[in-house]
Parts: sequence; structure tokens; C-alpha cells
Amino acid sequence: MLAFILRRVLQSVGVLLAVGLIAFAMFRFAGDPVNQLVAPDTPYAERLQIRQSLGLDDPVLVQFARYAGNALRGRFGNSYQFRQPVSTLLAERMPATLELALCATVFALVVGILMGVYSALHRDGALAKLLQAVSLVGVSLPTFLIGILLIFLFSVTLGWLPSYGRGDTVRLGWWTTGFLTASGLRALVLPSITLGLFQMTLIMRLVRAEMLEVLRTDYIRFARARGLTTRSIHFGHALKNTLVPVITVAGLQLGSIIAFSIITETVFQWPGMGLLFVQAVQNVDVPIMAAYLLLVALIFVSINLVVDLLYTVVDPRLRLSVRRAA
Amino acid sequence: MSLVKPRSLLKSLAAASAVAAALGAAPASAANTFRFAFQGDLKSLDPYTLKETFTIAAHGAVYESLVTRDKDLKLAPGLAESWETPEPTRYRFHLRKNVTFHDGTPFTADDVIFSAERVRAPGSNFQTNVPADATFVKVDANTVDMVLKNPNPIALYQFGGWYIMSKAWAEKNDATKPTPVSASTPSYAALHENGTGPFVITEHQPGVRTVFRKFPGYWGKVESNIDEAIFTTIQNDATRVAALLSGEVDWVDPVPLQDQSRVSGSPNAVVVNAPELRTIYLGMDQASAELKGSNVKGKNPFKDVRVREAFYRAIDEDAIVKRVMRGQAAAASLLIAPPLFPLAGEFKRPAYDPNRAKALLAEAGYPNGFEVPLDCPNDRYVNDEAICQAITSMLARAGIKVSLLAQPKAKYFAKILKPAYDTAFYLLGWTPSSMDSHNILYEITGCRNDLASPRGTTNLGNYCNPKVDALADRIERETDQEARNLMIKQAYDVVQADWGYIPLHQQALAWGVSKKVKLVPRADNQMMLFWVSKEP
Repeated sequence: MLAFILRRVLQSVGVLLAVGLIAFAMFRFAGDPVNQLVAPDTPYAERLQIRQSLGLDDPVLVQFARYAGNALRGRFGNSYQFRQPVSTLLAERMPATLELALCATVFALVVGILMGVYSALHRDGALAKLLQAVSLVGVSLPTFLIGILLIFLFSVTLGWLPSYGRGDTVRLGWWTTGFLTASGLRALVLPSITLGLFQMTLIMRLVRAEMLEVLRTDYIRFARARGLTTRSIHFGHALKNTLVPVITVAGLQLGSIIAFSIITETVFQWPGMGLLFVQAVQNVDVPIMAAYLLLVALIFVSINLVVDLLYTVVDPRLRLSVRRAA
Repeated sequence: MSLVKPRSLLKSLAAASAVAAALGAAPASAANTFRFAFQGDLKSLDPYTLKETFTIAAHGAVYESLVTRDKDLKLAPGLAESWETPEPTRYRFHLRKNVTFHDGTPFTADDVIFSAERVRAPGSNFQTNVPADATFVKVDANTVDMVLKNPNPIALYQFGGWYIMSKAWAEKNDATKPTPVSASTPSYAALHENGTGPFVITEHQPGVRTVFRKFPGYWGKVESNIDEAIFTTIQNDATRVAALLSGEVDWVDPVPLQDQSRVSGSPNAVVVNAPELRTIYLGMDQASAELKGSNVKGKNPFKDVRVREAFYRAIDEDAIVKRVMRGQAAAASLLIAPPLFPLAGEFKRPAYDPNRAKALLAEAGYPNGFEVPLDCPNDRYVNDEAICQAITSMLARAGIKVSLLAQPKAKYFAKILKPAYDTAFYLLGWTPSSMDSHNILYEITGCRNDLASPRGTTNLGNYCNPKVDALADRIERETDQEARNLMIKQAYDVVQADWGYIPLHQQALAWGVSKKVKLVPRADNQMMLFWVSKEP
């Protein structure tokens, strides 16, 4: 087992290195950072000096080795545009992204499961059909369009909710939270819905399909024969058995919610890591881009690692094969 | 067993939110708050780090310069109450008394001398704002002399962007050098300010929000009635406009052209348009022996003045202003915006004449036109890519086959600027940072034959006429304004007769402003907080 874990960890390190190298190779095509850092009429000599001091004239491999060496020691360099350490900037932005991801996931799970159960139980009802249609819209409309539509409806037309930002936040140690103020909570509503809509429809469709499957099984029929209440059959027995795949999917989706909150954050000017990344791309802020990509790779690699380990815990057959291979 | 009892957790949550509510409510009830949003960030608070319009304007709320610019961009006294020129190479500044920095230290001549050193130190992006050959001499605590090697008629023109910093404060916080790009540690001055201006910055989260409060110890009277100003970046066009329409912000820049009528039609806000100083123009490679990317081999058609005139005549600038810019631009006849040159009114833009263009091309030996690639940014100027598309189709009518390469500015500038100069035909925008024609006659129309000299650095196509260079050298030294203006006019006449460049237009600034707010749209697109007033 230990050998298995070790092997997976080593593989993860390999993946991270590969991501870093590919990212670095791609940054060459993002443009020239120096033009984004200085005024258009900056003398050429000054530009040259900046290029040199940033080490931009070195070969890509040398730049990558220098970056990887620093990263291993926990140094991610300074952002070109903000002239602050990247680690500080990311740490400042992380709470915003994580809180948004959490709210979006909770929204997706609660609403998705409720809608899924309902449309499975009343599969021919008018509302269930409507929900199916709505879910199709949720899957097919791009995120930015949903965000902008919500802004125009709830902020501009109705004036109920803020159109951008995080509202007032409260600082708890190094963490800033929007959960403790009214404006912070209000600001969370629209971005959470926007970010979670896709996952919600996914979960709804998954729950519905699983539920229909489960409702046809023998033990449900027996439970009915035993005279249990419909409520306990639906929620106590059927729903519980549909949740296993739902939890797996939701867990995996959490990673992508964090990583791909970029678009939602841009539309709502949500001060999270995704927005920082978009601004970095436009300004060719290589240190931020590199650190963000590594962070996202790390999140995915860790989630996959945990999932792999959980599988061996859950399924004894996998454990055996692992042991044999080792 | 959980360690925290649910009830006590609830209690502490309630307490925390009560505290938060109190914190949030206190300033809001008393203060007149002005909220403003720009598409870009306020990156560094160090006033010498980035020469960019919005950044300079934002710094201008907290920092002040010796000589400033008024609402019409005329020179006006700032921290220097008055100045005189006892001899052409000596400027004497009489500093304002009773001025203190935000940390309480008094402003003196030492701060001016320190700031003059710092602004010209390596790592500063404002090195050219103060003449390189100037030495600053302290006469007494409130008088400073600037001594120049040569007479310089525009020595003070860029002082508006040169903000005075406190010597004592910079020394105390190890910030005596400007924050360079490659600094290994963040500089104190990049995250904190200590100016003499009417506002202080109480909170600065780079890229997220910055809070300005009125400085109670300000030396002068302030026109503005706002107590607090909160700046946020809103990058997405639709979100920025939505925030303005819903009343969450009072000022946004820019309002995209397609949204302007909607904003003007709304009950909360209006669009303020005013001509800007940046001129958008086309440049042609007149240096290469063979035109890059063209089907004409062995020679360069742009070396022929008839071809350049044909291009000029084939472009219907009025149509671009009307259709592409939706009227929010002024057609340009010069490379400089009219407010910056008193004789600009004497120039007329040569008329659009497609038949003449065709005839000229035929005369030059290209009756069927030729192919040429056009470099264009797509995220730098208002509707830049659309302008290039319009030009492509206009030139097609004259037989010129343009292949358009529109890219993001990060890629675009790397391709066309020094040292690559990899372009045959390009669209660029330019604002002379000195607000004077010499900048244009040196940077854009100056010959770039001597690689070591900074002359003509941005003359990407190397338009070159020694007459212009000779005039530029005289213009640099001439202190008699009238004679100087005539020389400038002469130089522009030469460039025009050579059809050296194709000026297109000055785009209009487009601010979205709440109807509760009064402010000053200055032509350099700088929104100064101290001219903003808002109905509470």
C-alpha cells in the first residue's frame, strides 16, 4: 500500500513538472511583458534594462529551471504588474474563490438533488418536464451569458442584488470572509448561481437517472410490499442509494469549479484567483500565470490521488490487485 | 463530540456579524461616498512606477506636483506657488509654505531635490518628465533653482506627472529608489502613499479596491464635496455598464461605443464625451528595400510618394468616424491633437478621393494594386480592429489587397516596436507625453538612421526627411513661442507634403457618469477626484 501511495505521489510530481514546463513554453507566445510594464514612449535603453533584469533573454529551459528551483523553495517570484510576491497575491485572493466555489457546490447539490428527485418521482408531470427543459438550457448556455443575463435581470432591472464584487468582507486572521455581512451574502448569490448552474443540471440529470433505476429494483418493490410509507421508501431507501455516484461526481466537480471559476469571476469582477489569472494573461504577468497553473494542477492531482486512494478503500478487489502488482 | 457548542458558535457568529455591520455602517451613514470603476487596475502606489493615464490621475488625488495642469491643460501653480526664469537656463521655484505631507512632516526644498533625483533614477518610468541635464539647487528652505545646460522651452511641460515625495518618509521606509519591475521584495512605497494632496489612501488592495479619504490637513481649498472615494476595477464591459446603470458606481471608464446610447437613455446616468489627445494614425514602412509580406518583389512601393498619397486618398476617414466610431471621434489632419498646437486650425485633411488614388497607383506602376499586410491591435484603442477592417475594405476598392493581422496588444507591440520593427503597414495611437509637438517630431517623424540615438524610436516605418530633423532640433531650443509655433507648422507641412503618415482621428473619451455627479472631463482623460462633487 505504501509503495502504491509513493508511486502515485511521484507520478503527481511528474505531472506538476510537465505542467510547469508546458506552461513556460507557452508563455513565449503570450507576448512581451515589458510593453505592458512601461509607458509607450519609454526609451529603448530602459526597456532593454528591464528585459535583462527580468531574465527574459535567457533560454526557456534556463528560465524554467530557475523558476522551478525557486518554486521548490516556496518562492514564486514577484508579479510584474503589482510588484508584490505572487504567493501573497494568491493567498489574498484564495478565500474569495474558495467561498464562491463552496456556495456554488452547495447550491448545485441541494437544488440539483431536489429537482432530480422531483422529476424522477413525477416523471410525466408538467413541472418535471419543465425542469428537464430548464436543465437543458443550463447545460447549453455559456457561463458568461448566464452571468450577464442574471446581472441585467436582478441588478439593473430589479435592483435587488449587486452586479459586481464581493461586498463588505470581514477579516478573520489571514482569511477574508463575505459570510458575515449582509452585503457579502447578497454579493454571493448571483455568482454562485452562475458558477453552480452547470453542475446543478448535471447533478439533477444524474439523480433523476439513478433514481429511476433504483425505483425499479426489487428491494424497493419489497419495501412497498412491506407497507412502508412512500416518504421513507423514496428518501430513506431510494435516494440514499443514488447518492454514491452523485458524491463522486460532485467531489470531482469541486476541482473544476475552483479551476474554472475564471469566467464567472471575470463577469462579476469577483476578486478571486481566476480574475487575477485573467488579468495576468492580458498583461503577460508570467509569475502569476505560472503559479496559478501549478496551483490548479496541484488541486487536480491531489483530488485524483485522494479518489484513487478512496477507491482502494471502498473496493477490496482493487486493493488485492494493487498488492499483487507491488 | 464537537468542541464548540452549537449555541456558543451561533452567539459568536452573531457577535461577529454585529461588529461587521457596525464597521460597515459607520462610514456609510456619515460620508458622501463616490464610487468609481475603471477597466484596468491601480497597480502600484509608487508614483514613479508606471506612466499610464489612469494611474497618474489616481495618484494625483494624493500626490501633488510643483507645476500642474488646470482644467484646460494650461500650466498652473501646484506646490510651487510661482516661478520665474531669471535667465533662460535657470528656473526659480517659490514653494508653498505651510504644506505638510500626510504623515505630518512639512514640505520643503529638500523634498523637491530628493524627488528630482528619485524620478530620474533607474527603475523610474518617469525619467523623461524632468530634463535629464537639469540640476536642482536649494536656495533656501522654500526656494529651489532648476539649472539647465541648454535653454528648454518645454522644461515644465511634463512636471504635471512628476509628483513630489517626502525625503524623510522615503528614507525611513527604505524607499529612496523607485520600485523597479524586477524588485525582489515589494517596496514600501508601492503599497503606501505619503503625498501632500487633498486625499489620503486608507486601503489599497491591488487589483481589487482602493479607498480614498479626505485629508483634513490639506493646505488649500478643495472643490470636491466628497469625503470618501472607492475605486474598483471592473474589467468586463457589460458588468461595468450594469454597475453604473444600477447605481452601484458613480463613474465608469470607458463606456463601450455600442452601450453609449443605452446609458444616455437611462434615468441614472449620462455619457460624457470629449475629444481626447491621442491620435490614431497609420504608418508605412518606407525603409526596407523590399516590402515585407507583399507580392511586389525587389522594391518597396511605399518608397514612392505617389503610393503613399494614394493610400491616404483611398481611406474615407469621415466614414470611419461616422460608422466605426459612431461619431465619437474627430478626424485628424495632424499627428497631434488640436488642443496641443495653437496653429492646428490652419491644417486641412486632404480629401478622400478614390479615383485620384487609383490614378496615382497606376501612375506609380501598380494599376492592379498590390498586396500588403496590415498590423493592428485588437484590445488597445477604441474599436481598433474594426477600424482596420474598414480600412482593409476601403483599400480593396483601390485595388490594394490588405491582409489584416489583428492581435492582442501584448503580441502586437512585441512585433512592431523596436528592436523587431517587423511591420510593413500598421495602426498606432500616440499621445505626446510632453503635450508638445517636439515629442512627435522627434519620436515619430525623426529619422531613425542612427541606432544609438533615441531619435525616431517609434518611427516604425522610418519615414525620414532631414528637413524635419533640422527643424526639430531648432524647435527644441527656441524659446520664443510664436517663432517656435511657426517652425512646428513648417515641420508638419513637410511631413504632409511627403505623405509620410496617415493621421486618422482622435478618439473621444467616453465616461459613464451618474446624474448625481459633477466632474471635469479633461482632454488627457484624467479624472481628478478633487474636481468631483456629488449630491449626497
